[in-house]
Amino acid sequence: MTKYISKRILMSVLTLFLIIFVLFVLIRIVPGNPFPVERMSAEMILQKRAELGLDKPILIQFVDYMSLLLSGSFGNGTSLYNGAPIKPILLACLENSFKIGVLSILFGTIVGLFLGITAALHRGKFLDGVCTVVSILGVCIPSYVFMIFLQYFFSYKISFFPYFFDPSRFLFSAIMPSLSLSLFAIATVARFTRNEMIEVMNSDYVKLAESKGLYGFELMRRHVLRNALIPIVTVIAPLVVDLLTGAMVIEKIYGINGVGKLMVDAIAGDGIDYNYVLALGIVFSSLYIGIMLLLDILYGIIDPRIRLSAKEAA
Amino acid sequence: MNYVPRKDDFEFVANRNLEIDLNFASQGYWKGVAIHFFKNRIAVAGSIIVSLIILFAIFAPILSSYDYHEIISVNDSTGKEIIARSLEPQIAGDSTDFFADKTFLFGTDDMGRDLWTRTWQGARVSLIIAFVAILIDMIIGTSYGLISGFFGGTVDNILQRFIEIIGSIPTLVIISILAIFMDKGIGLVIASLLITEWIGMSKIARAECLKIKEREYVLASRTLGAGSFHIIFKQILPNTIGPIITQVMFSIPVAIFTEAFLSFVGVGIVLPQCSLGSLIEAGFNNITVLPYQILPPISVLALLMLGFNLIGDGFREALAPKLEDM
Repeated sequence: MTKYISKRILMSVLTLFLIIFVLFVLIRIVPGNPFPVERMSAEMILQKRAELGLDKPILIQFVDYMSLLLSGSFGNGTSLYNGAPIKPILLACLENSFKIGVLSILFGTIVGLFLGITAALHRGKFLDGVCTVVSILGVCIPSYVFMIFLQYFFSYKISFFPYFFDPSRFLFSAIMPSLSLSLFAIATVARFTRNEMIEVMNSDYVKLAESKGLYGFELMRRHVLRNALIPIVTVIAPLVVDLLTGAMVIEKIYGINGVGKLMVDAIAGDGIDYNYVLALGIVFSSLYIGIMLLLDILYGIIDPRIRLSAKEAA
Repeated sequence: MNYVPRKDDFEFVANRNLEIDLNFASQGYWKGVAIHFFKNRIAVAGSIIVSLIILFAIFAPILSSYDYHEIISVNDSTGKEIIARSLEPQIAGDSTDFFADKTFLFGTDDMGRDLWTRTWQGARVSLIIAFVAILIDMIIGTSYGLISGFFGGTVDNILQRFIEIIGSIPTLVIISILAIFMDKGIGLVIASLLITEWIGMSKIARAECLKIKEREYVLASRTLGAGSFHIIFKQILPNTIGPIITQVMFSIPVAIFTEAFLSFVGVGIVLPQCSLGSLIEAGFNNITVLPYQILPPISVLALLMLGFNLIGDGFREALAPKLEDM
C-alpha cells in the first residue's frame, strides 16, 4: 500500500512540475509585450524588464520563479495591471470557492446517493420515475442556466435570497450557488448509484447472502453499498473537476469573489494579466492533480483488488 | 514432391446441412442496432427533438424575413426612424404600435433585432462548432487510440504518458493559455474543444483495440501478409465504430455546453455573430426587465443537450443489447 501511494505521489508531483514548466514557458514566449508601448519609452521598458527579471534566459527565470513559488509567494507576486499583490486576493478567493465547492459536492453526493438508492429499492415504481426525471434534467440543464432561474425567481421575484452573494451571511447566500452547482452531480451520482445497486443486487453473492439469512440494512451496508461504491467514486472524481468550470460562470452570475471569477477577469477583459493566468493555472492544476491523487488512493482503500494489481505491476 | 490442390479436394460448404440461426444471423449488425434503437421510445423522442432543432437551425434563418444581424426599423409619419427595440413576442395584427404588421415570434432584442432569427442562427453556429470540433476529435482520438492499443509496449507507454499529462491540465487552464495566443471567437472555441475532447475518444478506441486485436481474424489477416496499418484501419477500425459513435453522441452536448459557457464568460463568439451562449449572455444582462429574451436560447440549449443525451443512451443500449431484450 505504501509503495502504491508513494508511486502515485511521485507521478503526480512530476506531472505538476511539468505542467508548471510548460505554462511558464508558454507565457514567457507569448509574442508582444505586457507593457503599454505608447506610454513608456524603450528605455523605461528595458528598465522595467530588468526589474522584473524578464531579461534573463527563460530557464533561469523559471528557477527563480520556482524558488519563489516554493517559498510561498506567486512569482513576482503582483498583478500586471494594478500592481496589487496576487497572494492575498488569491487566498481570499480560494477560500470562497473552496467552501462553495465543498458544499456542493457534499450536497450532490448525499442527495444523489439518496435518490439513487431510493430508486434502486423501488425499481420500476413511482419513486424510480422521479429519480429518472431528476437525473435527465440534471444532465441536460447547464448549472448556470439553473442558477439564472433560481436567481430570477428566488432573489428577484420574491426576494427571499440576496440578489448577489453576501459574504456576511455566507451559508445563507451560498445555498443557491451550491445547489445549482450540485445539480449535475446529483443527476450523475443518482443514475450511477441506481444502475450499480441494481446490478449488485442481482449478483450471485448478494443472493447467497440473502439465502444465508442476511437482510435489510446489514445486507445493504456490507454487500451492496460497498461494492456499488467503487464505480460511484469513479464518477465523483471528474465531477469535482467539472465544478471548477461550472463555478466560473456561477461566480460571475452571482458576484462571488472566487477563483473562477478571477480567471474570467484575467482572460476575458481587454488585456490579459499574465501573472494572474500563471498563478491561477498553477492553482487549478495543483487542485486538479491533488484531487485525482486523493481519489486514486481512495480507490485503493475501497477496493483491495486495485492496490493488489498495482503491486503486481510494480 | 509438391502438393497441388485439385478441385475435388474441396467440398462446397453450402451443400452440407448446417444449422444456421435464421432469426438473428440473417440480420446485419447495423440492422440489428437500428431495430433496437427504434424500439426504444425515449431514444426516438431524442432523435425527433434533435432533428427538429437541426431543421429549424438550417431553414429558419433562410426563411425568416429578417437577417440575424439586421436592425429592424420603420419610419413614422414625420419620417423619423423608429427602431424595434425590446419588443415582446407578437404576431402581426396583434398590437397597435408602429410594428403592428410585423411578426416577432420570440420578440426583439435591445438592439432591435429579431430574436426568432437570432435564436436559430445561434443554434446553427453552436451546432456547426460542435460537429466540426467533434468530427476532428473523433479522427484524431480514434487513430491515436488504435495505434497506441495495437502496437502496445513502448509505443503504448509513451503515448499513454503523453495523454496522462495532457489530461491532467484542467480545461480552464488550457482555455486561458489559448486565450493568450488566439483572438476571441469561433477559432478559440474550436481549438479548446480540439485539445480537450479527443482524449476520451482515444481511451475508448484503445480499449476496444486491445479487445479486438487478439481475435482470430486479425491473426488470419496478419498471416496473409497484411501490414499493421491495413489491420488497424481496415480490420479493427470498422469493429470499434459502435462505441466511438456512442462517445461522439455524448461529446456533442459537451461541446455545445463548452461553447455556450465560453461565449457566456466572454471569450467565445463575438458580435455581430451570435451563438446560443452569447444570446444567453445578452438575455441574462436584461433578465430582470425583459425576461422573455433569455427563454428561447436557453430552451433550445437545454433541448439540444437533452436530445443528444437521449440518443447517446439509446445508442449505447442498442449496441450492447441484453439477452433478455432479444
